[in-house]
Amino acid sequence: MDILVYALYIVAFAMFILGLSGLTAPRSAVRGNKIAAAGMAVAVVATLIHIRETSSWLIIVAALVVGVILGIPPARKVKMTAVPQLVALFNGVGGGTVALIAWGEFIESDGFTGLHAASGPVLPLVIASLFAAIIGSLSFWGSIVAFMKLQQILPGHPLSVGRLQQPLNAMLFLGATLAAVIVGIGSTTTGADLVWFVAILILAGILGVMTVLPIGGADMPVVISLLNALTGLSAAAAGLALNNIAMIVAGMIVGASGTILTNLMAKAMNRSILSIVAGGFGGGGSKGVSATSTGDQHAKSTSAADAAIKLAYANQVIVVPGYGLAVAQAQHAVKDMAKVLESRGIEVKYAIHPVAGRMPGHMNVLLAEADVSYDAMKEMDDINGEFSRTDVTIVIGANDVTNPAARNDPNSPIFGMPVLNVTESRSVIVLKRSMSSGFAGIENPLFFAANTTMLFGDAKKSVAQVTEELKAL
Amino acid sequence: MDSFLANIAILVLSGFIGFAVISKVPNTLHTPLMSGTNAIHGIVVLGALVVLGTAHNPGLPLQIISFVAIVFGTVNVIGGFVVTDRMLAMFKTRPVDTNTSTATDGKN
Repeated sequence: MDILVYALYIVAFAMFILGLSGLTAPRSAVRGNKIAAAGMAVAVVATLIHIRETSSWLIIVAALVVGVILGIPPARKVKMTAVPQLVALFNGVGGGTVALIAWGEFIESDGFTGLHAASGPVLPLVIASLFAAIIGSLSFWGSIVAFMKLQQILPGHPLSVGRLQQPLNAMLFLGATLAAVIVGIGSTTTGADLVWFVAILILAGILGVMTVLPIGGADMPVVISLLNALTGLSAAAAGLALNNIAMIVAGMIVGASGTILTNLMAKAMNRSILSIVAGGFGGGGSKGVSATSTGDQHAKSTSAADAAIKLAYANQVIVVPGYGLAVAQAQHAVKDMAKVLESRGIEVKYAIHPVAGRMPGHMNVLLAEADVSYDAMKEMDDINGEFSRTDVTIVIGANDVTNPAARNDPNSPIFGMPVLNVTESRSVIVLKRSMSSGFAGIENPLFFAANTTMLFGDAKKSVAQVTEELKAL
Repeated sequence: MDSFLANIAILVLSGFIGFAVISKVPNTLHTPLMSGTNAIHGIVVLGALVVLGTAHNPGLPLQIISFVAIVFGTVNVIGGFVVTDRMLAMFKTRPVDTNTSTATDGKN
């Protein structure tokens, strides 16, 4: 490899690391992302220098142009609420690239036999390539299913074949591995059959689909994060096979970061990664219970005017936003309400649960979009002590993250999950469309608590009404 | 083999760097971080370029596969960085805050 190309690769991955360090603080994050993007440009230019004698310029340039044309519009136009599925989609095409690279290599090297021309043992390279093929295909198809679930093309609740699920997935995994072994053995002799290579891609793809299908909507962020990490690892493996240092470093860093993120998210929900992947938890929240009562329990409903009066005489108000706020696009309305409250000298804070929204930090992005100050957004551990000193807590479209059963009901499926202690505040107003349960599909005793009142309706409209009433006071 | 072993060493060290750099990221930036790392693994477009670019007289199947691979990889890179930038732009300190310190927003 040219020294220049190698040097540029080193510059590129140094920029990735620098850029990622920048992402650790809000003030340097924008610059960090730009540095990483510039690093990517350096890496691509270096690669183009490396392959400058190719006869395929036309295809390469055309493909780059098409990629840019397809990539920019969705990234620029996507609503902030739809970011998780877009990340899933971008992650998927990355995984797809890895699988296709392995396939292309397989063809180019006549079933990997062509690699023998290179010096030294070739088996490690073949193994890396096969690993990339399996994980790349799994990540591609898994991400596509995750995308379709979040986009609600597929239902959000778990789809599974019951008890057969795990044995079936194990067989698919064994099948893909077996096909990979056959290809690997073939590569040492006369060249492996293309059929077996395609079998790897297909089996791994079905495995990806079957793994994600049984996972419910609530666990989807963890799954996307896991697939993100896997794509990173497969990129590193493909880098090993191609002896490409930039791919090795960048892929592995993503693999490491994705693993940390996955762990953090799973911890925030008090779930293990294994049990999430095993699937079956978390419905689509469609098990709606009748309007205001379930059995002998009654939730008290309130009006916008009453809610406004309560708020007007509070000293401190905490807003607990959830996915419902995002769906209703109510972040701007909430900001308007907060402005009115602040003009009355009331302190407004936002309590952000780590998994509020669809991904960690998703809610912060949505609120930042509405110009909510970064300092007013409090993380769970920082604000949980404050609820007892708070007059009114407004829960907007959040459910499971406020469920007191997670703290005091050992029989609850979410027992042990860290939640916001909203019940400790003097009064709670819950804005909700109906009494339907959250993504975990479980009832929330908060709604029936003595100090809780419910304000039913679309979150955006309700907040706007409350704001009007506040102004009129 | 030497270069393979050297690459493995780089791989392991990169893993540790990834852990070290990223474990410091605050919760609030996790979504942009996920999106940003997602863009960085778009580095795979390099692999697609190398496979096609170093092939001698690539046949049609390889051309098609590589074309799709380069398109996918480019979408991953460009889309990933653009959407991350959009998210992060929302965290930018607003102009009115420039003369206050970073820790307090001066808004009580």
